[in-house]
Amino acid sequence: MGVLAFCALKRQVKNYLQLNLSLLYWILIAPFTGQFFKIAPIFRQMVFVGVRAAPMVALTAFSVGVTLAMQAAHSLESLGAQMYIPDLVMLTLLREMGPVLIAVIVIGRSGSAVAAELGTMKVSEEIEALEVMAINPVQYLVVPRFLAMMVMLPALTIFGNYIGIVGGWAVCRFALNFNTAGYIMRALESADTWDLYSGMIKSAVFAWIIITISCNAGLNVEGGAEGVGQATTASVVQALLAMLVMNAVLTGIFFFAG
Amino acid sequence: MSTDSTIIEVNNLVRRFGDRAVLDDISFNVHRGETLVIMGGSGCGKSTLLRHMIGSMKPTSGSVRIFGEEITAMKERQVERVRLRLGMLFQSGALLASLTVDENVALPLVQHTKKSPDEIEQIVKRKLEMVGLTGFEDLKPDEISGGMKKRVGLARALALDPELLFSDEPTSGLDPIMTAVVDQLTLKLAQGTHMTAVVVSHDMTSAFRIATRMIMLGHGSIVAQGTPDEIRNSSNPEVQQFIHGEPDGPIPLNLSQEEHKDHQHVRPRPFLGARFRFHHKRP
Ligand SMILES: Nc1ncnc2c1ncn2[C@@H]1O[C@H](COP(=O)(O)OP(=O)(O)OP(=O)(O)O)[C@@H](O)[C@H]1O
Ligand SMILES: [Mg+2]
Repeated sequence: MGVLAFCALKRQVKNYLQLNLSLLYWILIAPFTGQFFKIAPIFRQMVFVGVRAAPMVALTAFSVGVTLAMQAAHSLESLGAQMYIPDLVMLTLLREMGPVLIAVIVIGRSGSAVAAELGTMKVSEEIEALEVMAINPVQYLVVPRFLAMMVMLPALTIFGNYIGIVGGWAVCRFALNFNTAGYIMRALESADTWDLYSGMIKSAVFAWIIITISCNAGLNVEGGAEGVGQATTASVVQALLAMLVMNAVLTGIFFFAG
Repeated sequence: MSTDSTIIEVNNLVRRFGDRAVLDDISFNVHRGETLVIMGGSGCGKSTLLRHMIGSMKPTSGSVRIFGEEITAMKERQVERVRLRLGMLFQSGALLASLTVDENVALPLVQHTKKSPDEIEQIVKRKLEMVGLTGFEDLKPDEISGGMKKRVGLARALALDPELLFSDEPTSGLDPIMTAVVDQLTLKLAQGTHMTAVVVSHDMTSAFRIATRMIMLGHGSIVAQGTPDEIRNSSNPEVQQFIHGEPDGPIPLNLSQEEHKDHQHVRPRPFLGARFRFHHKRP
């Protein structure tokens, strides 16, 4: 039993590393041998991963901005430091909440969809058919999804940050009678560009983790519709765990070790 | 043993799933221009055999040489090079569900040729006409019937004008007229372009119409092989039972072991096959 589980784990890790290697080949090396990736499928995936997710991201980010401002108001009131509410909203969003929450949404929405889609293709022999037509599944299916995710997750994060800050402003403006210019000034003063960049680096790393885990889960499905279901669930759980652990590691590197 | 005209050489191919040998020591050759029909009962390993010939499954042991090269030992790159020369129709059609009918047929052309979109459209239209399909170009695979999927799959397999065609039950699910159309297409390609074809079929009318040679699989090995005439006049009772579709005969049904013995006791069959290998255990 233990040995079996270990072998399965070893195979999974091997598959995952292989997928990453061949992805790197198709993105970094193949374009110089004349096999440039096609642009149209990347845009199609960008619409799916990014544009369609925007409403959900906006709603989540707005609620988080509002919540953060209310909590900050509550705690800072006793210190008489309500003027620091914009700082707290801004820094929390840029450094942590923005990248993490939006990655969570994208895992639930797009990561699971990619795993299920590729898994269904696997069990209905479509992947095998591609291979027999001498079309590499990583090049044809994974590369466009990967590039779309690498562009769209950071883009969604910037968008979400902005909406979250608007949420914080709504609380300050309407409940606490801040003036708008003051909120903006304070927020901009508190954050420096590194706060933004660190969030962007995080979301790029998360994008990599999410899309490789989902694609790998989909491409290695075995055992019919049931297998597709299991792989989809597993990909969501694994991507969430990997993303949260990586977030702790990156926060440690960016804000603790330096 | 192999000559210049040998395109596929299968030697002592063994494939096990768990401890069940689905293919057990299979050897045969396919020559250029031949249309080889593989027949045999459902679940006897025909599709599995095709998968080994195109290199998408690895054998437990044995060798498969295709165009003179050992496909079981090839790297991914080399396999891709070989696959550009062959077309494959899957038993399920295996069309990409996210693409329309004409995008499916165009896929190999878009990926592997530098043709302009107009040229590709022309070719796709011609290939779909060849299999008797027009007016369905913009539908998705789940909006067309099973028989239509088969024919789209065949059009896609033929898109790059392969010199070697594998087709897994191309006529199952087709009406008699469409069956004849597809058979005629295979014949025309075999005679006109010297395409070699390996066709899995248990439609006997169609099989005898297109075959230049036939192989019958059973119990994981080759029960009989020969020209259509040799098969038709075979004295092997298993072959006769299969080509005439009789429920009673030496081919065991899924009876329990006890019943199986009774079954054979009641209907003993004379053993006459001298010419063909005959693996069935006599009672
Ligand atoms: N991936 C697999 N894992 C385990 N067993 C398999 C696998 N693929 C095929 N088999 C087994 O191999 C045997 C042959 O299957 P195959 O699909 O080749 O049959 P077939 O001759 O094509 O049948 P049909 O005419 O019904 O299509 C079956 O008994 C099946 O259970
Ligand atoms: Mg089959």
